[in-house]
Amino acid sequence: MKQILAITGMNIRTILQRSGASIVIIVGIAGSVAVMVSLLAMAEGLNKTISSTGQDDRALIFREGSNSELSSGIAMTDLAIIENTQGIKKSEDGPMIAAEIFTIIDVKKKGAADTSNLPLRGVQEMSFKIRPELKIIEGVNFFPGRGEVIVGKGAASEFEGLEIGKPIKIRDSEWTVVGIFSTGGDVHESEVWADLAVIQGAFRRGASASIAIVQMEKNASITDFAATLELDPRLNLKVQGEADFYLEQSSGASAVIQVFGYTVAIIMAIGAVFAALNTMYSAVSTRLVEIGTLRAVGFHGSSVLFALMIESMFLALLGGLLGAGLSYLIFNGYTVSTLASVSFTQTAFDFAVTGKIIGQGLILALIVGFLGGLLPARRAATQEITEALRAI
Amino acid sequence: MKYWMLISAALKRKQTRTVLTICSITVAFVLFGTLRSIAVAFTEDVDFSGDDRLVVMSKLSFIEPLPMAYHQRIQSVEGVDLVAHREWFGGTYIDVNNFFPKWPVNAEVWFDVYPEFIISEQEKRDFVNTRTGMVAGKAIAEKYNWKVGDKIPIMGDIWVKEDGSILWEFDLVGIFSQEEGSGVYGGDQQAFINHSYFEESRMWGKGTVGNYVVKVKNKEDNERIAKEIDKMFANSSDETKTSTEAAFSKMFAEQVGDIGLIMNSILAAVFFTMLLVTGNTMSQAVRERTPELAVFKTIGYSDSKILCLVLVEAMFMCFLGMAIGIAISFIVFLFLEEDLAAFIDGISFQPSVILWAFATALVMALIAGLPPALGAMRLKVVDALRKD
Repeated sequence: MKQILAITGMNIRTILQRSGASIVIIVGIAGSVAVMVSLLAMAEGLNKTISSTGQDDRALIFREGSNSELSSGIAMTDLAIIENTQGIKKSEDGPMIAAEIFTIIDVKKKGAADTSNLPLRGVQEMSFKIRPELKIIEGVNFFPGRGEVIVGKGAASEFEGLEIGKPIKIRDSEWTVVGIFSTGGDVHESEVWADLAVIQGAFRRGASASIAIVQMEKNASITDFAATLELDPRLNLKVQGEADFYLEQSSGASAVIQVFGYTVAIIMAIGAVFAALNTMYSAVSTRLVEIGTLRAVGFHGSSVLFALMIESMFLALLGGLLGAGLSYLIFNGYTVSTLASVSFTQTAFDFAVTGKIIGQGLILALIVGFLGGLLPARRAATQEITEALRAI
Repeated sequence: MKYWMLISAALKRKQTRTVLTICSITVAFVLFGTLRSIAVAFTEDVDFSGDDRLVVMSKLSFIEPLPMAYHQRIQSVEGVDLVAHREWFGGTYIDVNNFFPKWPVNAEVWFDVYPEFIISEQEKRDFVNTRTGMVAGKAIAEKYNWKVGDKIPIMGDIWVKEDGSILWEFDLVGIFSQEEGSGVYGGDQQAFINHSYFEESRMWGKGTVGNYVVKVKNKEDNERIAKEIDKMFANSSDETKTSTEAAFSKMFAEQVGDIGLIMNSILAAVFFTMLLVTGNTMSQAVRERTPELAVFKTIGYSDSKILCLVLVEAMFMCFLGMAIGIAISFIVFLFLEEDLAAFIDGISFQPSVILWAFATALVMALIAGLPPALGAMRLKVVDALRKD
């Protein structure tokens, strides 16, 4: 043990003298770790945005068979039946239920040549009571009945011209952006909201909406509420807990990025192993005499092996920290938007470099350091002493 | 040729190092070949004349339907050969995870507009004559173990039948495959449904279609026909946006995000790393040979020859690594092409990548090899020999 420490100490003190070769290991590994951490942070950010949406005590009501807000449709007349169901919380303005339309408008993303799918939600006054997390952070709320919209802050930062006072083309007419809102970082920040009745008119939807959202009473069971509605012969509906609905979506959304991230990182890591092997082989060969001398004065082969492995993994760890650090500095909190698979609309999200992801990056670095150090260290440890010393 | 011996001797001097360096360059070019090919598929400008099919969709957004009455009017545009239409059915087969696109289409012309789909004449006739008929792509039929004659139940998520039921039953009358390497939109991972039963049974949306696919007689007329169609419906309540099919299928890919930028950033990271590795190896190799190089100079090798020797050595490693790497990425695409086609059309190994790989390898060899090569060239014989 003492021997290992002695050699390791010496090796590490001399790293600076061999800085050229050592930098190869560090940079090679930093590159792979940075790519992996960045891509995983992207997947994580998307995941977090979607899965943080929704509350356990709220339920969404779809048409039977629908799996998304976009494909769902319910008649406004159904609402009158639903609102008398047991479990819905009552406020001074009546039962807490709101019908909402979810549809798509085509707007250009900043700097894009073609348009992207921006989600547009038509809401009722009760929608704001059911979702108290929504805060107008700039401007004012839309005035019911007018062609005015409020824009989520994610959408505002990603799309062109979504600024207060600016016109937005919806169908054949121009509406006005009057406010920017925040919902604490969930998917609704990627949406544009307007008055349900105005949207029903503009989109020729008549007396229908896409979904309804319900605030449940304290302790009321969504399962019971769902059973009552789904068994009602007058209705063809499906009920799902709001948090549940978004959790289900989040798993698929980021899987592709995650798989891609791991794949590219592993391929890059293989390249980094070759680079590390190269560095360590040359580190060993330039120190052959040194190592031979150590062995000659009584240091064990295994101490030499361990010390070299520690050196290689130490360099790898430095590389891993450098890569993860870079990716944290550049990407943490960086906002982008992508096409979400279920809603077919743009969802804005922030990269999230979490401790877990950095941990994975460092593990990758250590594996590369281990693989890159093992063979050269073994060669040094098993080298014939006389052979090694002959090099003088 | 006599120089080749010198170069090969230099490379063989430390074989492990040479092999390892070539391996890391190989890995870099595997990523180069793969990621550039993907990026090209997402970003390359769409050639307006490279396709004899146009897609007419609503100008408002892709979910807006178009009137069926447009069929005749589009057909009447000069240069139009056939007009097909399709609609997004959505729906669930047994479980939500069994997702594949299902399109109600006008069976009469569908397979004439898409000759890349291979289907027997008999099955084609059955598809036209069976109002509840469905034909499935080979991949789908194999996945779910379907046989011709099976009844396929689909739960509608968008479409409800007039009686309020959401259970749609279709009769599988045929299985189609796709022409090898045609890269046709959606490939054999989709199913087509005869439009007639769908049209008469659905509760709403009657008289509309999702979008039109127009086969033109002469693809040089693409641009003119697209403009004429859009002009014909301008200022109506259902304005259209006509593009080539390739552009249409890229519409979604582009929305996924700036794929090209992501791919290029990764490649930049990869190549920065590899440059450092190769550069370091080269300078090490040259440093170790300082006395040898000095001997060469003493016996009359000119400075420029020394420069070339070292540069060629770097190029040899870069080009060999490049060739192996690109070959591997080509093989990767041979295996993955069909899976990738399910995501986006036209992802395949791009021959243009080879050209770029050559240029990259050349630049890499120059940047990595030039400093040590110049060092070797400027070597003073006396100093160099003294080190011995």
